[in-house]
Amino acid sequence: MTKKSKSSEGASFLGASGAELFDRILQEEGVEVLFGFPGGMVLPIFDRLYSSPIKFVLSRHEQGAAHMADGYARSTGRTGVVIATSGPGATNIVTGLANAHMDSVPMVAFTGQVRSALIGNDAFQEADITGICRPITKHTCLVKRVEDLGRAMKEAFYIARTGRPGPVLVDIPIDVSTSKLAQEPNLQIALPGYKPRISGHIRQIKLAAEAINASKRPVLYVGGGVIIAGASEALRELAHKGKLPVTTTLMGLGAVDEADPLAMQMLGMHGSATANYAVQDSDCIIAVGARFDDRVTGNTATFAPKAKIIHIDIDPASISKNIKVDIPVVGDAKDSLERIIEFIQPVDRSPWLEQIAQWKKRYPFTYEANGNIKPQEVIDTVAKLTDHDAIVATGVGQHQMWAAQFYKWRKPRQAIISGGLGTMGFGVPAAIGAQFGNPGKTVIDIDGDGSFTMTMVEVITAVRYDQPVKWIVLDNDYLGMVRQWQEMFYGRRYSATPHPCPEFKAIAEGFGARGISIRDRAELADGLNEALRHPGPVVVDVKVEPEENVFPMVPAGKSLHEMELGKLA
Amino acid sequence: MKHIITALVQNQPGVLAHVAGMFAARGFNIDSLVVGRTEDPELSRMTIVVVGDDRVLEQVRKQLEKIIPIVKVRDFMNVSYVERDLMLIRIHATPEKRPEVVELVNLFRGKVVDVAKSSLLVELSGAEEKVEAFIELARPYGIRELARTGIIAMPRGTQSDSRQTDEADE
Repeated sequence: MTKKSKSSEGASFLGASGAELFDRILQEEGVEVLFGFPGGMVLPIFDRLYSSPIKFVLSRHEQGAAHMADGYARSTGRTGVVIATSGPGATNIVTGLANAHMDSVPMVAFTGQVRSALIGNDAFQEADITGICRPITKHTCLVKRVEDLGRAMKEAFYIARTGRPGPVLVDIPIDVSTSKLAQEPNLQIALPGYKPRISGHIRQIKLAAEAINASKRPVLYVGGGVIIAGASEALRELAHKGKLPVTTTLMGLGAVDEADPLAMQMLGMHGSATANYAVQDSDCIIAVGARFDDRVTGNTATFAPKAKIIHIDIDPASISKNIKVDIPVVGDAKDSLERIIEFIQPVDRSPWLEQIAQWKKRYPFTYEANGNIKPQEVIDTVAKLTDHDAIVATGVGQHQMWAAQFYKWRKPRQAIISGGLGTMGFGVPAAIGAQFGNPGKTVIDIDGDGSFTMTMVEVITAVRYDQPVKWIVLDNDYLGMVRQWQEMFYGRRYSATPHPCPEFKAIAEGFGARGISIRDRAELADGLNEALRHPGPVVVDVKVEPEENVFPMVPAGKSLHEMELGKLA
Repeated sequence: MKHIITALVQNQPGVLAHVAGMFAARGFNIDSLVVGRTEDPELSRMTIVVVGDDRVLEQVRKQLEKIIPIVKVRDFMNVSYVERDLMLIRIHATPEKRPEVVELVNLFRGKVVDVAKSSLLVELSGAEEKVEAFIELARPYGIRELARTGIIAMPRGTQSDSRQTDEADE
């Protein structure tokens, strides 16, 4: 935990302003791109950034900048950084921080604050942003003296990326940015209460392995923690060595190659019937880096009723929070899995694997490609055209679930999806952030018209910085997921869900991007192909069947096996 | 069921708000929360009385441990400990009733710290049950005002038979 007290280059900070220190610490932390929006209380910092080698990306709204930092972090594993001014600038990143917090994304946010002497006086553009953000971040900190700024920044990066990662907010009053250091600052991290490096206890590792070996119907239930920990390879090795079928959460998409015969795709509310039946029938659930979210478990009282539950997680507070765990392993997913693998014995589980193969055959995700263009069909086509290899962001709603079901994910850090918070509007800017982190790679946002409209202004940002993101809007002129619930549970009373859309093609062109409208099945593959081959940013507007529903669906409060299967039933 | 948890925290602005906010946000019920300085000027100790079953207690402990300025969390499950609650209570007592009240105070090893024409201000400390027993006995005389610190607690140095000595003291 201890670090050198001087800068790693050994250079002196004596006489430097807070703003200069800010810039130099960011460089020391290896920050290559900073997303944000300027304002009065960060003027000294932006003055410094004017001549900094760090790339600055100006979003059109601070929320967009926060989601860009998030998308950058999810797709690269590096820490995303965002900066905003005090008051409204700071409150505009709140959603972005809450979103990153729910999905354990490493992010550091810097906000300007009014002059120290004015804090608490309801000054112009003042907000108690550390107070506001405390419950929705991993940590917050208000820097009161320039001597503390460097250490606070170092601690922020350290906290954000270690343990269970998350966003950290550092609030910097303007006088801290302008003050000059009269003495060499102490940059040593001092966090006596923070011990993020946890290794699973060997006794628990062995107990877990024994339970797996004894199991006849095991299921690996894999969450985002596996991707965060870089444990996908270990997971795949464990699955193959033990012949363990794997289901992932929304956050775990890509942890396992969905083309693998052991893969059962996503579980939960809109998960595959195979995964849900397997969980309900299993005698041993091995949860790795997942947290038994209510969207995954359905009714917790009847979740996996026959199973012994093993839970591997770095966050002790996740253990037995929602579901009583039989064998907890508190530790890093990669380390824990690698150690469990050693004790795994080959066991013949052919009846179980046979059963799963049958379910997979009987209950694939499906749709009928007739009538209007089907949203699933668009994703299917995109998946094939990109060989299931693109980085894919989404908004939140029906299109998100269809993307999860139909893209057929292959690798970690490929899915850039707002899971825990379910933030509509996330996809547009998150895809831009992912593109910044992955130059030369294909980055797509599969979006709905509702989510897209919320943040589409950021298309301007992609145009300005020449980021060739492809936004594919599944446009059904409804807020589709809410409409689906209204159809199923509220007697088709479509209250506030009709959502007539503007001409997205014209908007894209007005923003300086390419716009493509697809209205007919015959144009679908060519239109999408054209978009993917275009070297710059493109918005593709596909009018799809307006009243298509997402199936399977576990109604709220029901058990996983009580899902409605739609056309499969 | 009541549980006592103590947390050693770094003296930083916002820690108390953080802890209080976490309890509210996660729907944990607290009976009392006491914060005070310790032997180390950098650290304070919070003593929290939580209402809930064992599972709630476990979650509270883990959620507290996640708060970065919290250095150490300890719960008193299966541990022998000493708890104290300090009370100031103003009891209605006319000169005629005064001896009766003073006798009651003496029986509870309390202290009369202020005397007025028609009332006595009493200081009393002890385990929660003792303090509450006194309140019940004082009630018939008329309680004018009452303030309590909430519980602070510490485990016993040796876990064996030191309990007896303390109970004798009470």
